Amino acid sequence: MEKVLRDRKALMLFIVPGLILYTAFVTLPVLWSAYYSFFDGMPGFANWTFKGVNNYLKLFRDQNFSNAFSVNLRYMAIVMVGQVCIGLMLSLMFKFWVKRAASLVRTIVFFPVVLPVVAVAQLFSKIYEIQPHYGLLNSLLAGIGLEGLVQPWLGQASTVLGALCGMDIWTALGFYAIILYGALLDIPEDIIEAARIDGCHSFQLFGRILLPQLQPMLVTCFIFSFTGTIKMFESSLALTQGGPGGAARSLSMYMYDTAFTYQKTGYASTVALVILALCLLGSAVIRRFDRKDL
Amino acid sequence: MQNRSQAYGKQHKPPVFRKVGGGLKALVIFLVVLMDVYPLFWMITASFKTTTEFATRPAYALNEGFYVQNYVDAWTRGKMSLYFVNSLMYTVCSLFFIVILCMCLSFALTKMHWKWRKFFSAYFALGIMIPGAVTLIPCFQIFKSLNLLNTRSGMIMLYTASSISFSIYLLASYMRSLPDEILEASVIDGCDIYKMLWHIVIPLMKNAIITVLVINFFFKWNDLITSMTFANKTSLKTVQTGLLYFQDEFGSKNWGAIFASVSISVMPMLLMYLFLNKAVIEGMTSGAVKG
Repeated sequence: MEKVLRDRKALMLFIVPGLILYTAFVTLPVLWSAYYSFFDGMPGFANWTFKGVNNYLKLFRDQNFSNAFSVNLRYMAIVMVGQVCIGLMLSLMFKFWVKRAASLVRTIVFFPVVLPVVAVAQLFSKIYEIQPHYGLLNSLLAGIGLEGLVQPWLGQASTVLGALCGMDIWTALGFYAIILYGALLDIPEDIIEAARIDGCHSFQLFGRILLPQLQPMLVTCFIFSFTGTIKMFESSLALTQGGPGGAARSLSMYMYDTAFTYQKTGYASTVALVILALCLLGSAVIRRFDRKDL
Repeated sequence: MQNRSQAYGKQHKPPVFRKVGGGLKALVIFLVVLMDVYPLFWMITASFKTTTEFATRPAYALNEGFYVQNYVDAWTRGKMSLYFVNSLMYTVCSLFFIVILCMCLSFALTKMHWKWRKFFSAYFALGIMIPGAVTLIPCFQIFKSLNLLNTRSGMIMLYTASSISFSIYLLASYMRSLPDEILEASVIDGCDIYKMLWHIVIPLMKNAIITVLVINFFFKWNDLITSMTFANKTSLKTVQTGLLYFQDEFGSKNWGAIFASVSISVMPMLLMYLFLNKAVIEGMTSGAVKG
């Protein structure tokens, strides 16, 4: 047994191919980004020059960067709260309200999660459409007599981010509803029963019993939502390409444009590192809310 | 006493109220389900509409007939047939390599005895925290110098590499719960390590492998950022990249064809979901539940 599990040749065979692939395309690129971030221009071209920490200083002066940063933060705040809170409400609905066809209801609510982002974005761009003809939302609004609310949802800076958030909340809701529902099922039924007998009404039951019990899973949900939203790229790109006028342009999109449209590899790598730092920092902060001491 | 009356307060409600409450609950549930189903239903009906139907009737109207030409247009003129085959090829090949590599890796990381095991477990776990966007630029440069840009093998390599961490995370947590006695018994029966992996471990890990396949199918089929960066030649594009530029190809007037191609891109997920929805839901949420 011991000898078989210490087989060096087999070990090499099992480890090496995956290790090479993983190192070359996942871990090494992070270090590489860090290296790039001290340069300006594009590697392999004459304008590729060492600039020290210049790129990092530039971040503070760059209007486009701070714009993308604030868009990204607002998007994260809205989507995280929306996904987790509405997901929580849905999970409570699954647990306490849905009696008939329960698994069918859950299956349907989960379905949007598996849809391709681009497909969802194409669909929603048609829902929000105003030209050449009204999309679903505008035609419904017009149909019920709310002509005043008909507007180019994706064409104006004031609504585009909200429209995008609505789409992303819609897509991911089922995911959070299902994992929170799973956590609700794990709460022993007699705790809920005991609280009811002690005279808890629904809101007290939720606030005093369910919420504390759900806390670890809520923290997990926020981490998932956080790591999902900080990347903000595909949905915004597919819905409006970050427009109008950068009103929905995220950090990742700014990084992408800088690298591939404006060919500034060095500066784009700096932005990429900011995203990585935010990602690590944010998850660490959220994790602190997981009350291990209880 | 007061507590008691509160506790039993519910039962004292007149039955009419309880009925209204039940009706309200049903209505809310119905609305929630409707919110999830209706956009998709609308998409499918819209994919059968003619261009004039879009212009003359409100968007929420049902389709008058079944105008299949939209699908023909999307499939041929919109090159959906080509993109579909590309997507399928990248996805299936990378799934194959992901399962092979990650089974071997997680076996080595959980069951085999060697000095650096802990170190490499931590090393492979790092990747979960690294957003794909961060590795994009260096990968692009690496690919450029290796002449891997716009190649099928390059796409498959990237797809495989980016899934290693998460797949190991899922597989290893299952594998750790496999009792060592089973492995021991197989050694006594004369298995070497390869036979043990193939005949004992893989059959026992069937459910975990299905989970990994499902979740990676979802990630690979729905991927946009990798494919739009590394395969932008028309003959190599995936469904998602193709869809992104569809509007330019067809013009913003031809909604029918756009809806048809969106429907085509959704089809594999829809089919998988229809037959495997339990496995899909479990697979997708397993990362959260296990963690």
